[in-house]
Amino acid sequence: MTPAVAIHLAMRAGSSCDPDDATGATWLLSRVIDRGTALRSAADIAEELDGRGITITTTVTRHLFSLLCTCLADDFEPVLELLGDILMSPTIPDEELATRKGQVITAIRQDDDNPGVRASETLMALLYPNGHPYGRPTKGSIAVVESLTRDRLLRLHEERFAPAALTAAIVGDVDVPRALDVAARVLGLWRKPLPTRTVLPPVRRATTRSRSVIPMMNKAQADIAYGFTTIARRDPAYYAYWLMNNVFGQYSLGGRLGDSIRERQGMAYYASSSLDANVVEGPLVVRAGVSPANVDRAVASIDEEVARLAGEGVTEKELDESRRFLIGSIPRALETNAAIANFLQNAEFFELGLDYDVRLPELLSAVTVDEVNAAARHAVAVDRATIVIAGPYRDS
Amino acid sequence: MRCALLGNGLKVLIHEEHTAPLASVWCWYKAGSKDERPGLTGVSHWVEHMNFKGTTNIPRDQVKGIIEQFGGTWNGYTWIDQTTYFETATRDALDRMLFIESERMANCLYHPDDCESERTVIISELQGGDNDPDQLLDQELTATAFKAHPYRHPTIGWLPDLQTMTRDDLYGYYRRYYVPNNATLVIVGDVETDVALRRAEHHFGAIQPGAEVSRIRTVEPEQTGERRLTIRKPGTTAYLKVGYHAPSATDGHFFPLLILDAVLTGAKGLNLWSSFRGAAPQRSTRLYRALVERGIASWVGGSLLPTEQPFLYTISATVTDGTPLPSAESTLLEELDRVERGGITDAELTKAKAQLRARLVFDSDSVTNIAHQLGYFETIGGVESFTTLAPRIAAVTVDEVNAAARAVLPSANRTIGWFDPLPVGEESAK
Repeated sequence: MTPAVAIHLAMRAGSSCDPDDATGATWLLSRVIDRGTALRSAADIAEELDGRGITITTTVTRHLFSLLCTCLADDFEPVLELLGDILMSPTIPDEELATRKGQVITAIRQDDDNPGVRASETLMALLYPNGHPYGRPTKGSIAVVESLTRDRLLRLHEERFAPAALTAAIVGDVDVPRALDVAARVLGLWRKPLPTRTVLPPVRRATTRSRSVIPMMNKAQADIAYGFTTIARRDPAYYAYWLMNNVFGQYSLGGRLGDSIRERQGMAYYASSSLDANVVEGPLVVRAGVSPANVDRAVASIDEEVARLAGEGVTEKELDESRRFLIGSIPRALETNAAIANFLQNAEFFELGLDYDVRLPELLSAVTVDEVNAAARHAVAVDRATIVIAGPYRDS
Repeated sequence: MRCALLGNGLKVLIHEEHTAPLASVWCWYKAGSKDERPGLTGVSHWVEHMNFKGTTNIPRDQVKGIIEQFGGTWNGYTWIDQTTYFETATRDALDRMLFIESERMANCLYHPDDCESERTVIISELQGGDNDPDQLLDQELTATAFKAHPYRHPTIGWLPDLQTMTRDDLYGYYRRYYVPNNATLVIVGDVETDVALRRAEHHFGAIQPGAEVSRIRTVEPEQTGERRLTIRKPGTTAYLKVGYHAPSATDGHFFPLLILDAVLTGAKGLNLWSSFRGAAPQRSTRLYRALVERGIASWVGGSLLPTEQPFLYTISATVTDGTPLPSAESTLLEELDRVERGGITDAELTKAKAQLRARLVFDSDSVTNIAHQLGYFETIGGVESFTTLAPRIAAVTVDEVNAAARAVLPSANRTIGWFDPLPVGEESAK
């Protein structure tokens, strides 16, 4: 066993908790939360991390605000103490906030110049319109970032961070009783009421096809983002959707999409689809990067595969291949400490149970080809597609 | 670990690791972009792509799924010194993985239609990279820093060469370099060494060795003065890079420079496959404090990669919105001058060694990563250059680090690159 431990602390305080007038506040909080606590200055934290050769990765998804760290086994206890302190007692010094704002603003400017980001973020805004939290850019806008104050971020932390909203996953070269003892000592005395639940607006499926172009004439290649809203993760049909998406845009080198756009037509270095079923109906997104001369052909090829999937469904052979792959890949997906910790957090968040890894093969095995094809008919349709193209391309 | 040499010259490295029911097989070739002749830049990488397109005994339509049916993953990459392919899957797929790699070595097809189709895929890959100003600057800085050595051209190749290369160019390169006496097979995982070696002999033993591969002899002449380049293109963000000629992985000065990089920008580890995907521990490092903490850059990083021949030590910074490039450059160079003149402290040495010790552990956290490290270092300097990493790092002294700083950091040894963005046209504005 690698003499290391992965610690993954997930707080139910993702970007969906951004106040309506402060999109990006959670992201900025994630950049500054580990820059000073009631017990430690930013310099103290820097020394603690660098001296142990470790980094804290802070991630923000729609629903989770997470601190992740892999440390040597000998350092487990002090590192969990440090992470707990950061999570419970950030002080957000003004000078640190000013520096991190500069970093975030530069990152937003970089995103503005990135066709992949522009296409994806615009697609999400179109699929989830009217200020829906899933449609907002996680980093927010420059104007909002500039306006955010220390008090506003501390208030966000006070309102959203609490022990009942926290799950700690600890995986690696540490005894379970010791891990529990240390976790109890570090986090067990924290007392705060459960935050009010964030209620998400309902998701409305697109009823018509739409196409948007973001000309970026300084770029060499165009990015296509093509998508639909689908289902929630807790929907019993999720496993049929998962298999459907694997056949469509994942299996081997991008499933059917990769076969058509990359392998047969040589149009793109990448062409695939992803399914992000979430608390409410998440998106299925096709992505491809193509030469501007091939944009129309690539969109037509995606349309063709979408029509085939919705019209003809998948074959028994394709379903069996994808099922076999997904079941067979479980040991590989659970090989490293960090991967196991992430798997556990996902299982906990969606209430899948601690035996989810054991049950997963059965859940996938039970899916029929009819269920997958029903999922395909429900999920995708050429005349409901939302399409965004960003890059050196204009509509003729 | 067992190291065996088959009769046809194929080196086989086997390491048992029984923590998960998995096995990882990597096949490495000493064929990277430095082995390419003018007019054929990018051929190594294109050949890598072609070697996923079916063989005599794996029909084109059966490539897809051949390892996925074991829940496995596969991939490959090409860089300046090497090309490699791997599969990681459940242990019962070992024989299948060895079969795939033996077929790849001896029997790839190179159908003309597949060659043409892949030409546009690779050009698309190149254009995707050109979309990133930081990557574009890196490519141009390397081309400026090297005048003679083929490390100067990008692994993906120059566009005109990709537009004109022929199927025969690709196939000729494949036949010259994809021979057992130019390859190393690595097997790591839940396997028995004797069984794995027998299966390797079964699959590879009959492949005939090739003629000895001729190696390039070009040595980059010593740089005699600072070089500069500026890319001015529409964009939103300024980027700064400074590249210094640096020692190879087997040079005694490599490890002191590795410590120096950790002091300046934090220790990254030495696994190209995994460790560069995460941030380095760097908040207390000299350049982070000078550039990021003072709001001059939003990011700074150093890159000293283990290579067979002397390559570059590159420091990169993303300049904060509103900061002039000259100001960022002068702050960066002042810090580098300071360490060149004054050296590092004992405390900095201790911290850098602790960081690298931890990173070496993190670099080998899976059968895939362990197998990568064994094969990678075998390709550039012998597998012992991997197994001796920890003691060689531990033995570095402050005096050696300071000597490395004085040897590498003089201005005459550096190339400075700017990406200086021009205003983006109205049509591209958000």
